[in-house]
Amino acid sequence: MEFTITNARLIDDQVVDVIVSNGVISEIGSGLNKGEKIDAAKNLLIPGLVDLHTHLREPGREDSETVATGSMAAAKGGFTAISAMANTFPVADTAGVVEQVYRLGQEAGFCDVFPIGAVTQGLAGKSLAELGAMANSKARVRIFSDDGKCVSDPLLMRRALEYVKTFNGIIAQHAQEPALTVDSQMNEGIVSSKLGLVGWPAVAEEAIIARDILLAEHVGSRLHICHLTTAGGVDLVRFAKSRGINVTAEVTPHHLLLTDDLVTNYDSVYKVNPPLRTERDVLALRKGLADGTIDIVGTDHAPHPTEDKDCEWQSAAFGMVGLETALSVVVKAMIDTKMMSWADLVDRMSIAPAKIAGYLHHGQILKVGATANLTIIDTNANWIVDRNRLASKSKNTPFEGMQLPSRVVHTFLNGKQVLSNGEIVNGGAVE
Amino acid sequence: MNKHLLSINDLSAEEAFEILNTASELAKISDGPMKKLPTLRGRTVVNLFFEDSTRTRISFESAAKRLSADVINFSAKGSSVSKGESLKDTAQTLQAMGADAVVIRHGASGAAQRLADSGWISASVINAGDGTHEHPTQALLDAYTIRSKFPQFNQSFDGLRVAIVGDILHSRVARSNVLLLTKLGASVTLVAPPTLIPVGVADWKVKVSYDLDSVLKEVDVLMMLRVQSERMANSFFPSEREYSRGYGLDITRLNSLSKNAIVMHPGPMNRGLEISAESADSHKSVVLDQVANGVLVRMAVLYQLLGGATLIGEVSA
Ligand SMILES: [Zn+2]
Repeated sequence: MEFTITNARLIDDQVVDVIVSNGVISEIGSGLNKGEKIDAAKNLLIPGLVDLHTHLREPGREDSETVATGSMAAAKGGFTAISAMANTFPVADTAGVVEQVYRLGQEAGFCDVFPIGAVTQGLAGKSLAELGAMANSKARVRIFSDDGKCVSDPLLMRRALEYVKTFNGIIAQHAQEPALTVDSQMNEGIVSSKLGLVGWPAVAEEAIIARDILLAEHVGSRLHICHLTTAGGVDLVRFAKSRGINVTAEVTPHHLLLTDDLVTNYDSVYKVNPPLRTERDVLALRKGLADGTIDIVGTDHAPHPTEDKDCEWQSAAFGMVGLETALSVVVKAMIDTKMMSWADLVDRMSIAPAKIAGYLHHGQILKVGATANLTIIDTNANWIVDRNRLASKSKNTPFEGMQLPSRVVHTFLNGKQVLSNGEIVNGGAVE
Repeated sequence: MNKHLLSINDLSAEEAFEILNTASELAKISDGPMKKLPTLRGRTVVNLFFEDSTRTRISFESAAKRLSADVINFSAKGSSVSKGESLKDTAQTLQAMGADAVVIRHGASGAAQRLADSGWISASVINAGDGTHEHPTQALLDAYTIRSKFPQFNQSFDGLRVAIVGDILHSRVARSNVLLLTKLGASVTLVAPPTLIPVGVADWKVKVSYDLDSVLKEVDVLMMLRVQSERMANSFFPSEREYSRGYGLDITRLNSLSKNAIVMHPGPMNRGLEISAESADSHKSVVLDQVANGVLVRMAVLYQLLGGATLIGEVSA
């Protein structure tokens, strides 16, 4: 299969034609014309986005999301690779489950789905899962995380960090000291004091980050901090990097834009873990992402059905969907504020995450021979988020009704178009 | 006035005084021959209680009945935790029953607001205590009680000095009282060990003290809060004895209050923990007035939310 993307703008403002054949970029130039023509005039062509933090709910909670529906949401959001978190039912703590998720992703065929393995059996935080078996499975797992729960036992965390060195793995930590966050409902601060909701203090995140960067330094392993939310956390990661410790960090789109005062009406769509923080934190996160202290954006796409949110705050589930709004939210928070360029965005949302995870065919510089995992964006568009038009099976977006900049127009997975003018096309495995 | 009473923030100072004035009118009428007013005849008030509180339920029930409303008591205790029967299902049932007002008591902060905002129900919602958030009618009845003891603060609480003592962190009574008393002009001091003061308190319009003895002489109103001994298990304080020594109102502390000062407690009291028996039963204690005033103030709230015309006009008509 062969096609030509014409008049595409690259992040360096060059306008080019790009020929894709047999799944790779075969030619870049001008006046090119081979196969089907896809007009990209005025639009930006970038490597497909890569997410290292996605909850797909299959197996076990297919009422919220399946690998297929989550993959469609990913394609609509411009992602060509996503990473399925391990907190499914059963937990992805064996080769069998990660291979199942990987295969479901291939069968759906809208994006590459790379499973993340659990660090501990059943996410129980007691004993290591079979990390080696998952690494050596067909899913070739390299990222391990108990996300949703913190690996809080310091000895177990140390062992996990050491053990994954065999296959150059990485431990992605959900940094939340459990003893400091019993029954916690929202950021602890001015707003929680007024609302009478149990606080989730910043120190509960920072204490684990501090401990884990020291552990990573001690054993010389790779540590990834999931969804950083606090100004203090950014400082700690900055300190770790200045000491040469092998740590990477992630921030979600929602933590770059939303603050805890949104909780004031107890609307559970704003209930998320870790919680929305203060404006000061948001500004520190933006600065950290801009200066590279925070390496990547991870969506923490967390689908929940209506009934799990349609109740009093305390009983509502934690989490927000984010794949389909991620790019636009980051543009709003980082580019519209002039804190980052498009080149920076491509680094934080495609190149850097692919590099951390070792997704060799994703996040590549656009050049001849590169795998055609591509996204085309209309950077002049504005759109209004409509929950009913989301491809995700769940509708729990905090951005409902919000006008957002930039729109994903086309997405190409390994040379196959999966999104055309904003519509999902051509599912299924590549023959 | 707003359609709902979810938080003291729903009221302006004028509206709050209007409720207190209405309660005063109702008090006068109650002393006369007409014990029951026809005001809410044909209207349905539902007491929706997800938490046990016989005292509060009975207070609302008497208030509604004295205004001739039909009262339905809907006890949903236990179902709030079981996922199956949710707040939403219950609300939709009440809607089908034609409730005009729902008085809700719930263990989750924000449950009343959720009920009001959800679109599940068209009734007026009155918050009768939601988790550790607010209990606005308690604050109103406390303000009414204060005013009845200090006539000089009839129009404004400017110059009134109140100390609220105890578990501020977990107290919906404290939150509503801080909002209401400061709105009406009083100066409020919170007194508690630092573990029982919320981290975000700097934003509240109050003073904070860790030393009860230093504030006793300078208050007109001493409001003691219930302290649950389960807080001790979670290390908010080391022992009941130590709490009592630091923050309990014993007879010595009671005697160091100024001559006209009053002692309040929202009940139920832990005698011997936050308040000694002598203090609870002393002439400074207005605990029983609080209970009696609860009915009047809740009548006034129901009247303001559901009634409409002025009370005087209606009674004379
Ligand atoms: Zn997490």
